[in-house]
Amino acid sequence: MNKTKKISYITTIVIVLILYFILIGLMQAGVISRFAKGILVIIAINIILAVSLNVTVGCLGQITLGHAGFMSVGAYSAALFTKSGIIPGIPGYLIGILVGGAVAGLVGIIVGVPALRLKGDYLAIITLAFGEIIRVLIEYFDFTGGAQGLIGIPRYQNFTIIFFVTVLSVAAMFSIMTSRHGRAVLAIREDEIASDAAGIDTTFYKTFAFTISAIFAGVAGALYAHHMGVLGAKQFDYNYSIAILVMVVLGGMGSFTGATLSAVVLTILPEALRGFNDYRMILYSLILIIMMLFRPIGLLGRKEFEITKIIDKLIKKPGDNAI
Amino acid sequence: MELLLQIINGLSIGSIYALVSLGYTMVYGIAKLINFAHGDIIMIGAYTSLMMIPVFAKYNLPLWLTVVPAIILCVILGVLIERICYRPLRNSPRIANLITAIGVSLLLQNVVMKIFGPDFKSYPKLFDFPPLVIGRVRLGINVIITILLTVILTILLQLFMQKTKYGKAMLATSENYEASKLVGINIDSTIMLTFAIGSGLAAVASILYVSSYPQVQPQMGSMLGIKAFVAAVLGGIGIIPGAVLGGFILGIAETLTRAYISSQLADAIVFGILILVLLVKPTGILGKDLKEKV
Repeated sequence: MNKTKKISYITTIVIVLILYFILIGLMQAGVISRFAKGILVIIAINIILAVSLNVTVGCLGQITLGHAGFMSVGAYSAALFTKSGIIPGIPGYLIGILVGGAVAGLVGIIVGVPALRLKGDYLAIITLAFGEIIRVLIEYFDFTGGAQGLIGIPRYQNFTIIFFVTVLSVAAMFSIMTSRHGRAVLAIREDEIASDAAGIDTTFYKTFAFTISAIFAGVAGALYAHHMGVLGAKQFDYNYSIAILVMVVLGGMGSFTGATLSAVVLTILPEALRGFNDYRMILYSLILIIMMLFRPIGLLGRKEFEITKIIDKLIKKPGDNAI
Repeated sequence: MELLLQIINGLSIGSIYALVSLGYTMVYGIAKLINFAHGDIIMIGAYTSLMMIPVFAKYNLPLWLTVVPAIILCVILGVLIERICYRPLRNSPRIANLITAIGVSLLLQNVVMKIFGPDFKSYPKLFDFPPLVIGRVRLGINVIITILLTVILTILLQLFMQKTKYGKAMLATSENYEASKLVGINIDSTIMLTFAIGSGLAAVASILYVSSYPQVQPQMGSMLGIKAFVAAVLGGIGIIPGAVLGGFILGIAETLTRAYISSQLADAIVFGILILVLLVKPTGILGKDLKEKV
């Protein structure tokens, strides 16, 4: 690890901790109301969802329309685990999150292996089909609460856990996608046939990225289940998948910071403009269309917003760059 | 007898899927675009017809004639969507096209929801004829009209594609974009014509749909559209008889599942069939295998 990388890691960790203590401080002081706290939790969940979908859509370059399906698998399996009370309390919750991620990842492999033989529009439609099948099956079986939904899930609104699970998830996805394996995934996005010819196992890496994406959607689902306390399969329909896709597209397909930022903005915006809520979806759809017509790469494109670069610019004199 | 009746009902709903999927398959064949907004065009057609009913009732015209304003509005809308949203993106990555189409679909749904509210609105009876009784079987007249109309429209469309200059231009464009340009085909107007025909068929489908399920709702088009697309993929996308075959298979599979297995599982079975077909033969039942060019 070279020096600049070390500095950038340390700055990031420091900034994350400062953000955490500011938020906790504001909560203690009562500046952040219970309502605002609830929104913060939803923001964190949406960040994980947007970043995880960014792995397939942005990094792998394949559109999936069934992301909410993976989220629901994670939510239900985590909820069923904690509800069974095998391990009570917070440790059970933490393990429940892992269970949610693992089961969603497993379903990701099951869906991904056959689905990824197709690409483009066909992949989009087949993932949509899988998402709907997952939803129908959840409503069909009894152990998931059927059409009435699952109730009595222990509610843990532990902000600390949610905050650090989000940070760790984003950090994990970012480091996987900037590693050797991640670069193989990026290569497939650029040109699948060429990367195949260059010796990249395209089938493996496509499934790999797809599974990573599913795992973290499951983690987000687990957080969601324990935040809401009740689950219904209808919440995780096609429209939810689209809402997550909008976040990724708006932020910039392939940009982790872009996905994070737009998840924050698109979660706060409708809450901040309550009276405007009726027009929210109209605005969403117009943004999507206008964005694709005039800036199809999204706000940040594939660029990442890096705080260390800005600090560098502020500290260093202009002449220093020429080392 | 019961089974036969279920199959006929399946054919009837399948005909509606077939009419809608003709629009998908033509647009996909030529513009290589899943027009997600196609299902919502049906919704617009149904609402137009519903809004026109008081006017038609005032002049004592038959209610099914509201299909005329529905066709006019849907064709205008389809052409406008193509002109404003899809044409500028013709050389963009497929992902941009797909997202724009999703955007247009959401826009139509939510504008209608804002104007008419999110609730179901009931629809009066369109065809006021007594049901046909053959032995112990009672067949609704709308079932027969739906199936017959679909078959007639498909044959007309097929003839149009093969016999007329415009139809041949459409076939040529779907075969090879650049080459058709070279031989003097106006790509823009050809694609526009495709959208117009597809939207017109969707308007007809919308009337048939509300005659079987007499209610309208802003999101009624989205599941119908997805299923119609599944039908198009099932039969082999870009192939007109394939769309009809896919629609019939889907309609019968769905009705039989509802009748004999579980009404809850019907959607799962439909999507399951799609997944199976795509995995076994990605080009669909009647599709031709194409080698990927490098």
